[in-house]
Amino acid sequence: MFTATPHILRKQRTERLAHAMFAGMALSIVVPLVCIIAFLVVKAWPSLSLAFLIEPPRNMQTEGGIWPALIGTIYLVVVALFAAAPVGVLAAVYLNEYATDNWFTRLVNLAVINLAGVPSIVHALFGLGAFVLAAGLGQSVIAASLTLAVMTLPVVIASTREALVAVPRSFREACWNVGATRWQTIRAVVLPNAISGILTGVILQVSRTAGETAPILFTGAVMYKAVEKGDLLPYRLTESCMALATHLYNLATQINGAPESLQFATATVLLGAVLLVNSTAIALRVYLRSRKKW
Amino acid sequence: MSDQAVSYSIETRDLDLWYGEFQALKRISLQIKGGIITSLIGPSGCGKTTLLRCFNRINERYGYVTTKGEIDILGQNIYAPGVSLIELRKSVGMVFQRPNPLPISVYENLVFGLRIHGERSSLRRSLLDDAVESALAEVGLWDDLKDRLDARATELQLEQQQKLCIARLLPLKPQVILMDEPCSALDIEGTRAIEELMFALKERYTIVIVTHNMSQARRASDECIFMLLGEVVEHDRTEQLFLVPRNPKTADYIEGRYG
Repeated sequence: MFTATPHILRKQRTERLAHAMFAGMALSIVVPLVCIIAFLVVKAWPSLSLAFLIEPPRNMQTEGGIWPALIGTIYLVVVALFAAAPVGVLAAVYLNEYATDNWFTRLVNLAVINLAGVPSIVHALFGLGAFVLAAGLGQSVIAASLTLAVMTLPVVIASTREALVAVPRSFREACWNVGATRWQTIRAVVLPNAISGILTGVILQVSRTAGETAPILFTGAVMYKAVEKGDLLPYRLTESCMALATHLYNLATQINGAPESLQFATATVLLGAVLLVNSTAIALRVYLRSRKKW
Repeated sequence: MSDQAVSYSIETRDLDLWYGEFQALKRISLQIKGGIITSLIGPSGCGKTTLLRCFNRINERYGYVTTKGEIDILGQNIYAPGVSLIELRKSVGMVFQRPNPLPISVYENLVFGLRIHGERSSLRRSLLDDAVESALAEVGLWDDLKDRLDARATELQLEQQQKLCIARLLPLKPQVILMDEPCSALDIEGTRAIEELMFALKERYTIVIVTHNMSQARRASDECIFMLLGEVVEHDRTEQLFLVPRNPKTADYIEGRYG
């Protein structure tokens, strides 16, 4: 009774094989990340220190730290965040709460999808033409940040919509049925319950632009700026700045005589900064979600 | 129409409704009286919830809906130009399948309607307090909740949540209360409590309830409307409809031959 026939044994063998294959592929996703981090840290080790973070480069950038580039990247990302967040969040609220299926909505959706598909070098040229030249901002923090903001809009919109969709429809119905307008519903119910998801999502998406090179290379990042050690306000918005991604590019291709560990240390800081912001945003989101009960 | 002047709370004439290409309601002509409970029954997909959602035009917030025909609420054609949806929805409130209190305090749930409709300066604390007390008293929750007005409404028992959802409508002084299977998420006790509340409220409000549960329709309503495939098959006094249905389709449904 109930013993396995050869036919069933064969099926069980195939099942184990399939299971192992799928698990193997899932595991292989972890491998590159671990390898990259390990490789970077090992190579960067000789140059990594607190001083490396807060000191300016010295001796034609072949020695010293990366402070001007680190603070420059923070500037670019923060300004891009403030530029992208209002436009992206408000557009997403429109698309999710107001829009009905008509030609205008389809046009906006199509634009969002296509904007997401534009290569970053094209965004760079757009930024150069629109912000640096046409708007007369010159090569500056503001021009580079606006370019990054445009680039990141589609994902800001997508993540905001995700947060809005997560608010149960029944809350909206409760409001509508006591005669609330859409705006009253959004303000009283939708935003208070979505805001944590919106904020963390937006921070997560915009922080990923920290690694973009081409867009800022054309619009605001320069090879060298003299900045005091640990100076928190080295740049005006209308000035060009240094940035980690372009600094890394320069170290690797433009500057002779810098030790190899300097490049790897810069790459490690860039990666570390993005991972730090991402994991903080994710942790914040997990915490905020766990407090919600409905 | 009889010659006698009967004023109906809700009257529809040749109401058709389409979701895109799909016709969900076909030539619905109904007269629903005030001061009684009217139940809408019929198998899933027969259009009873859709019809209910027409009475405060909330359907229009969902997807692609086209409506033709007329609906009078308290003698006013609600599709007439100049009808304010905000005013309409204040007078015609709705209660849902799953209790849906907002994730704020009991107190704020109850004054929510007043806050969104009133000028801020007119909303004195004493006025709000009175509204909360009388709404909770009317649904029989005041004694249970008077010390927990700051509790999150989503943490109450389901039965209390559903009563709260009914109470939430009352400060706006509605004329009609629409209930879309209000007991389907509740246990026997909760169901009984909501039904008793409906009886207590029916003299002051016109109550229309959609239900899947035929015994509930039989127990808890004065008149009953049986719908099938978007059409009204029969509308009669409840005991009449269940004892001597005129239409064989009604007879088959209430005997459980389909549904």
